[in-house]
Amino acid sequence: MTVYLPIAELSVNILIILGMGAAVGFLSGMFGVGGGFLITPLLIFYNIPPVVAVATGANQVVASSISGAITHFRRGTLDMKLGSVLLVGGLAGATVGVWIFSWLRRLGQLDLFISLLYVVLLGTIGILMLQESLRAMRRAKTNQALPLKRPGQHNWVHRLPLKMRFKKSKIYLSAIPVVALGFGIGILTSIMGVGGGFIMVPAMIYLLRIPTSVVVGTSLFQIIFVTAYTTMVQAATNYSVDIVLATILMVAGVIGAQYGVRVGQKLRGEQLRALLALLVLAVGIRLAIGLVVTPDDIYSVSVGGLSY
Amino acid sequence: MRRLSLAALAIVSMAFSLMAAPVAAQVPFGEASAVKERLEIGASSSEIAITSDFRGADLTIFGALSNADELFLAIGQYDVVVTLEGPRDYATVRKKERVLGIWMNTESLTFEQVPESYSIASTRQIDSLEQGVSFNSVGVGLEHLPLNPVGYIPNTGFISEFRDAYRRLKLGSGLYQRDTSGVRFVSSSLFRASLRLPANVPDGMHMVRAYLFKSGVLIFQREMPLRVVKTGLEQAITDAAHERPFAYGFLCVLIAVVTGWGASIIFRKD
Repeated sequence: MTVYLPIAELSVNILIILGMGAAVGFLSGMFGVGGGFLITPLLIFYNIPPVVAVATGANQVVASSISGAITHFRRGTLDMKLGSVLLVGGLAGATVGVWIFSWLRRLGQLDLFISLLYVVLLGTIGILMLQESLRAMRRAKTNQALPLKRPGQHNWVHRLPLKMRFKKSKIYLSAIPVVALGFGIGILTSIMGVGGGFIMVPAMIYLLRIPTSVVVGTSLFQIIFVTAYTTMVQAATNYSVDIVLATILMVAGVIGAQYGVRVGQKLRGEQLRALLALLVLAVGIRLAIGLVVTPDDIYSVSVGGLSY
Repeated sequence: MRRLSLAALAIVSMAFSLMAAPVAAQVPFGEASAVKERLEIGASSSEIAITSDFRGADLTIFGALSNADELFLAIGQYDVVVTLEGPRDYATVRKKERVLGIWMNTESLTFEQVPESYSIASTRQIDSLEQGVSFNSVGVGLEHLPLNPVGYIPNTGFISEFRDAYRRLKLGSGLYQRDTSGVRFVSSSLFRASLRLPANVPDGMHMVRAYLFKSGVLIFQREMPLRVVKTGLEQAITDAAHERPFAYGFLCVLIAVVTGWGASIIFRKD
């Protein structure tokens, strides 16, 4: 059963797209990640033009983040003020990111840049996750207690000016690193089509020392608005959001996520994290191979505006 | 596959050629050049609507040759070439090279205002039509299509390399097509040209051009606009994305919000 994607301008098998959305949704529900960093490379492997894959990926993250954010809002584990400061940086970053995106596209280097960023990012995250889960598995084997983290300790971040009080997070923190973090994540959102939670959450915990309880809800809050904004800007400047593709992915994704959450609560964490790490590494390696292997044709044609 | 048959036109053309033939016959031999040969072409409509399940089609153009010299006609000295040119736009050809082990686009060349699609049908192999024919100046045929680079280019070898790549890629994608036997004379003066519309034919204003060659020299040229309009839901989406991008983007976000929110309500555990 095929469906024509009007923006990607190609016919695809609807079952494969549904399966992709459901599988990534399942994984994102199981591990509590947005799934953008998996959906975009998978779409690229399925011959969706990277321009469309990235913009549509950002749109898909809006849907997958919203139900999580609602849950955190109900539980009161969402710091609106902190989220808003992050968002200021995020929106600025996304604007700059779309500008870089269009510039790279004009240069003809966009596809390469997206792949390179993904290889670096997936490679780094995959290795870090694998190390962490292997360490955890070893600990579980020897029955060692988890080493206590000391989030109270201060670092250079806490000596910066422009301090603000975030009541819900119970911290007194400079706005500069918060805005800067949001800015960086915003750039990644518009160039890679990811929410950026997998970078934002560790950065908030270890760098900004924000209490773990509010981190996930607050990052989801910022992700929803930045990805929604990115979707709008991509639609307006690059005309690259495919509404048909996005809708199929979103519907399959949110359903898959519900089952992922249930399975994730029952299964052991370390093995699952090790498996996810291997999956992330495999996607990264597959993209890296694509960069190195001799292409079928070293020439390509693109139609439209002046490109220099 | 559909055949956009243009029977109505055939009748009109035939009527026309019947009227024209006696005139030509009355012209004494040797003074044929006094009355110029002409071509008339036409299609059943000036617009082609393409639905979303479009998989390509054949477009038939009928035409009539009038005031033809009987002798030249008998020995096959008239050749007809019919082309269908798509809307024009800039096209950039990029070349990949291995840099530090990674394949990346290094060189590029932009051609000014080339047709996005181009189909050509002729009575004979176009290259076997006598050389020296002003194909280059006329720009008929894939090899003679003007591909003018934009900006300053240091050497000509570079240009021909990119021109060849452009033609090869366009032929490979089906957007450029040639059919060396696509034009057939139905009678001595009535001809029928079959042009292929590829599945990925761009929408917009296309131009049908018919060229008449006598002993390899271009003597008459005629053109006719043909609008290709895509219809259906998919086209409505494409139009919305380009013409109302903000509303389109807003709709995309709205669908995401409704999907995410809806899921959290449907699957709510408490």
